[in-house]
Amino acid sequence: MASNEEILAGLAEIVNEETGLAADAVELDKSFTEDLDIDSISMMTIVVNAEEKFGVRIPDEEVKNLKTVGDAVSFIANAQA
Amino acid sequence: MSVPTLKQSPVNEHTRILGIGAYRPDVIVTNEDVCQWIDSSDEWIRQRTGIITRHRAPADVSVIDMAEGAAREALAKAGIEASQLGAVIVSTVTHPFATPSAAASLADRLGATPAPAFDISAACAGYCYGIAQGDALVRSGTAEYVLVVGAEKLSDVIDNTERTISFLLGDGAGAVVIGPSETPGIGPSVWGSDGSKWDAIGMTHSLLDVREFSAARSGSLAHSGAQQGTALSSDEEAVTEAAIWPTLRQDGQTVFRWAVWEMAKVAQQALDAAGIQAEDLVAFVPHQANMRIIDEMAKKLKLPETVTVARDIAEAGNTSAASIPLATHRLLQENPELSGGLALQIGFGAGLVFGAQVIVLP
Repeated sequence: MASNEEILAGLAEIVNEETGLAADAVELDKSFTEDLDIDSISMMTIVVNAEEKFGVRIPDEEVKNLKTVGDAVSFIANAQA
Repeated sequence: MSVPTLKQSPVNEHTRILGIGAYRPDVIVTNEDVCQWIDSSDEWIRQRTGIITRHRAPADVSVIDMAEGAAREALAKAGIEASQLGAVIVSTVTHPFATPSAAASLADRLGATPAPAFDISAACAGYCYGIAQGDALVRSGTAEYVLVVGAEKLSDVIDNTERTISFLLGDGAGAVVIGPSETPGIGPSVWGSDGSKWDAIGMTHSLLDVREFSAARSGSLAHSGAQQGTALSSDEEAVTEAAIWPTLRQDGQTVFRWAVWEMAKVAQQALDAAGIQAEDLVAFVPHQANMRIIDEMAKKLKLPETVTVARDIAEAGNTSAASIPLATHRLLQENPELSGGLALQIGFGAGLVFGAQVIVLP
């Protein structure tokens, strides 16, 4: 099971690979759409890759609740617990 | 009791695709055209879908017309006469008659009568379903040559003001002739369905609803045995007026996730079943659903740069059952040296259904 720091680092890596954004720009309080300018298709790609990386299931209906990077980290941490 | 021994057809050990043809209708719809109907921009559409234009057919060009155009080229390239065809298969979801089939009329037009002829309803997987069947028919000795066509006039079942799928779609047809071969030319088909996601892509409503709408609108008996129609208020009438013709819708998020995640696995299974590694391929021809899906699948499959990825979607849009043969046709036109090499093809769509094979390019 990964710590929140490890989850954040892993997510940042996935975001970087999908969008080219610097990994250190991916901070807990950043909004995926507004701050990081991630569109819905990139978001789904990130979700699919996060599921694979962290071994969790993120249902479609949950994705819209993941507004910030912190929301995603919490969701993944809880799902792994 | 002594039972006489049956004769069974002698089998063909191997099959391959002998020739390919395409039909692209004349009307070009640009992203600027699309933006008259939906609030969007050329940049937004390109970024999210990779689509720049789509071809659409005018009112007087039917699914069968387009299928015929593609089929004639495929027969000519294969060097096969229509009279030699042992079956004519058309994959389509837009032939506007539940019966008779597009294939029966196509067979007649081509001069293939009395070849068996039937349509397949497997949406964007329809071409790969057709290849699976054509391959099986030839190998079993049931037919010597089989024509497989993917033909769609999706412009008949879209609502231009709708944002989930209509702006992606185009019209066209692609066709191939499958026949016996001295060497293996069509790998095992990995195909299937997941009807639990029946609602993810499909029509807004059924033809029975159209009958009810019509009956309610006219306020009279629209069908023998129907009850007295219920009169609608003018508001309701306005709603049904717009909604009366069934059009396509999709849950893009569900479909995208299924496509990149589940379909990359199916594509890998098709490689494994054929005993082929990604680096043995010369081309990857996925259903042209969305450039982002194509890119993501190519990444998941870890395709080396030596593999040419078909990207016909940029100019043709998503043409459902026609997309793989159209994309293959363009690929071979632009890169004739790929002929004879191995290509991985995978179709996936409404059903949900999917099908994949490794084939030797004609």
